[in-house]
Amino acid sequence: MDLYVHPRFEVLRSEKKCICCRVCERQCANGAHGYDESAGTMESYDEKCVNCHRCVALCPTKALKIAETSHSFRQNANWSGHTIQELYLQANTGGVLLSSMGNPRPLPSYFDRILLNASQVTNPSIDPLREPMETRTFLGKKNQTVTRDTRGRLKDNMGAQLELRAPIMFSAMSLGSISYNAHASLANAARELGIFYNCGEGGLHKDFYKYGPNTIVQVASGRFGVHQPYLMAGAAVEIKMGQGAKPGIGGHLPGHKNMGQIAATRMTPEGSDAISPAPHHDIYSIEDLRQLVYSLKEATGNTKPIIVKIAAVHNVAAIASGVARSGADIIAIDGFRGGTGAAPTRIRDNVGIPIELALASVDQKLRDEGIRSDVSLVVGGSIRSSTDWVKAIALGADACYIATGALLALGCHLCRSCHTNLCNWGIATQRPDLVRRLNPEIGAEHLVNLIKAWQHELREIMGGMGINSVEALRGNRLMLRGVGMTREELDILGIKHAGL
Amino acid sequence: MTTIDAKALHFSQLGESLRALAGQEVQVKNCLGHRYIGAGISGISIDIDGIPGNALGAYLLEGSTIVTRGNAQDATGDTMSGGSIVIHGSTGDAVGYGMRGGSIFVKGNAGYRAGIHMKEFGEKCPKLVIGGKAGDFLGEYQAGGIIVVLGLNAKQGEPCVGRFCGTGQHGGKIFLRGGIVPNELPPQVFVKQTEPEDLEPIVPLLEQYAATFGVDLGMLKSSPYLLLTPNSANPYQSLYAQY
Repeated sequence: MDLYVHPRFEVLRSEKKCICCRVCERQCANGAHGYDESAGTMESYDEKCVNCHRCVALCPTKALKIAETSHSFRQNANWSGHTIQELYLQANTGGVLLSSMGNPRPLPSYFDRILLNASQVTNPSIDPLREPMETRTFLGKKNQTVTRDTRGRLKDNMGAQLELRAPIMFSAMSLGSISYNAHASLANAARELGIFYNCGEGGLHKDFYKYGPNTIVQVASGRFGVHQPYLMAGAAVEIKMGQGAKPGIGGHLPGHKNMGQIAATRMTPEGSDAISPAPHHDIYSIEDLRQLVYSLKEATGNTKPIIVKIAAVHNVAAIASGVARSGADIIAIDGFRGGTGAAPTRIRDNVGIPIELALASVDQKLRDEGIRSDVSLVVGGSIRSSTDWVKAIALGADACYIATGALLALGCHLCRSCHTNLCNWGIATQRPDLVRRLNPEIGAEHLVNLIKAWQHELREIMGGMGINSVEALRGNRLMLRGVGMTREELDILGIKHAGL
Repeated sequence: MTTIDAKALHFSQLGESLRALAGQEVQVKNCLGHRYIGAGISGISIDIDGIPGNALGAYLLEGSTIVTRGNAQDATGDTMSGGSIVIHGSTGDAVGYGMRGGSIFVKGNAGYRAGIHMKEFGEKCPKLVIGGKAGDFLGEYQAGGIIVVLGLNAKQGEPCVGRFCGTGQHGGKIFLRGGIVPNELPPQVFVKQTEPEDLEPIVPLLEQYAATFGVDLGMLKSSPYLLLTPNSANPYQSLYAQY
């Protein structure tokens, strides 16, 4: 007999408000609701509930709420009830614990312990509603030498660049991990916002080639959906070396999700697993990485900047220094809170380092070595608000990647069940009846709203600092102060403690 | 036929010249380690005199052919999409990595990790034929396509491939001439001696190999072959506990 695992959530239904319309039953792909014909009442199956709030949001009489169970084990500061239940599950199944989205553990957030500056009296603040604020950003290698023609005019020796209206992009999520409608929403929003979305490692659906000028295409170890027209379709090509949610672990789309258009886009046999292991088996050194970077440059006729995405891990500064020397134009660094469509829980929760520390040490290392201008830095994992965004730029980022935040704007409720293919919000699922629930036009509208709101806030904050361009904010650590940090933490971040 | 003397050219200059000649026949002379020859070009025909460098024919497209008279290096045909590459010598590691269409014929040996991540979809079925021996990890993570190793230079009783052949294989077929079971085969791989009907998909490949490199077709066809296929398209299904 299996060890008993108590349901994590309880479906609380107000008998008084419930009209037995069965909307909850129809909306729940997990099967947490049912109808008892003979009694004429609704039933709940707590063990099926993942707390995604679909039923709560759609219940016409607001008769439902979901609560974390109050059922408890005997108090134990070392063994939490959740840890005990996970152990039971493994004892029952022999399986690696699998979950999704970003690390939920209560580890310190450095963004939350950094405070921003504002001008007072001298160097007055700027009113962004009246005065121009430059948020346009160019990503790519900036040459440090000036060359002139025989008449003394400057020669354009600038390599391929990405031009963003504001320094933010939607980071890689593959078609397969998220739905067609989620991709359509991101692509549309990126185009309207003058920024980029990243199609992830699952290839680019034929319907989305038209968004190419606002698309970053990704090449991972599995090379799904990669051919020369794909490389040419995007505005930039990203080599995925690592992912913040699961550094050292690769991607694995289970066969049941690899069907129809997903398989066609990935160019792999339907129903077979799509496996992209963490190592690229042709890359064992910076020289090997350089070979892939340059093969992509050659295949695209040097028209696309090449991004190399790495996870934030212990020696990230030295790794980034190597990557900068590989010929990459942009380095993307993904922090340990970055999301995922599926990852072994233990890896997600314990591997990698905070993006704030990784970014600060990479930026410093590249400056110390005199190669900071050779690459742009893009960071993600996780940027939750405009202030995280501002702080990242002040710590040295050229731009930020957001993904979890973007999915929230599409209706995600962070139930962390993406790997089940049963996303009731139509985001992380390939079931056609569920995918239809996400309207890509409304999705795009929400994304555009979110980024526009953040842009207003960015301008307000910059104006308060007396800064009128993102360029002047980048790496401007004088705008940052730490609270409640050790000397060492402050040194790594390169900032002073508040009060100094 | 256009001739390019590569002697004094950097790979990027050679690449630029070749891209400008898409759709034509080109002879590259004095090739000396130039990388990325033919990368992502469609409809070109390149004949190489000398030794090409790494990533020969990477992302090669439909309608392109590359013939090299000498050896090739690592990553030949990386993520190749179509066309053909013929090597009148041996090739290095990771030949045909992520290949999804077209064909590669290697007269001699291939290094480690030949044909890894090969995949197929619909009409697209890549083919890799190695005349000599192949190193460890042949066909690792293979998801589709056909790999043939002839082992023409293998000693009596010696397997024509190295260890860990087909590790993580979850699609496609590997044919090994000679019938000697390789060492340390992983559990994902199912091995059998071929029946005559199993050989149907590789007969045209054997014919092309024999014709291209002057080998006795009858001998190739009458040899014993092993067929390696994955025992599951979902090798890691039972690994996880979802919650």
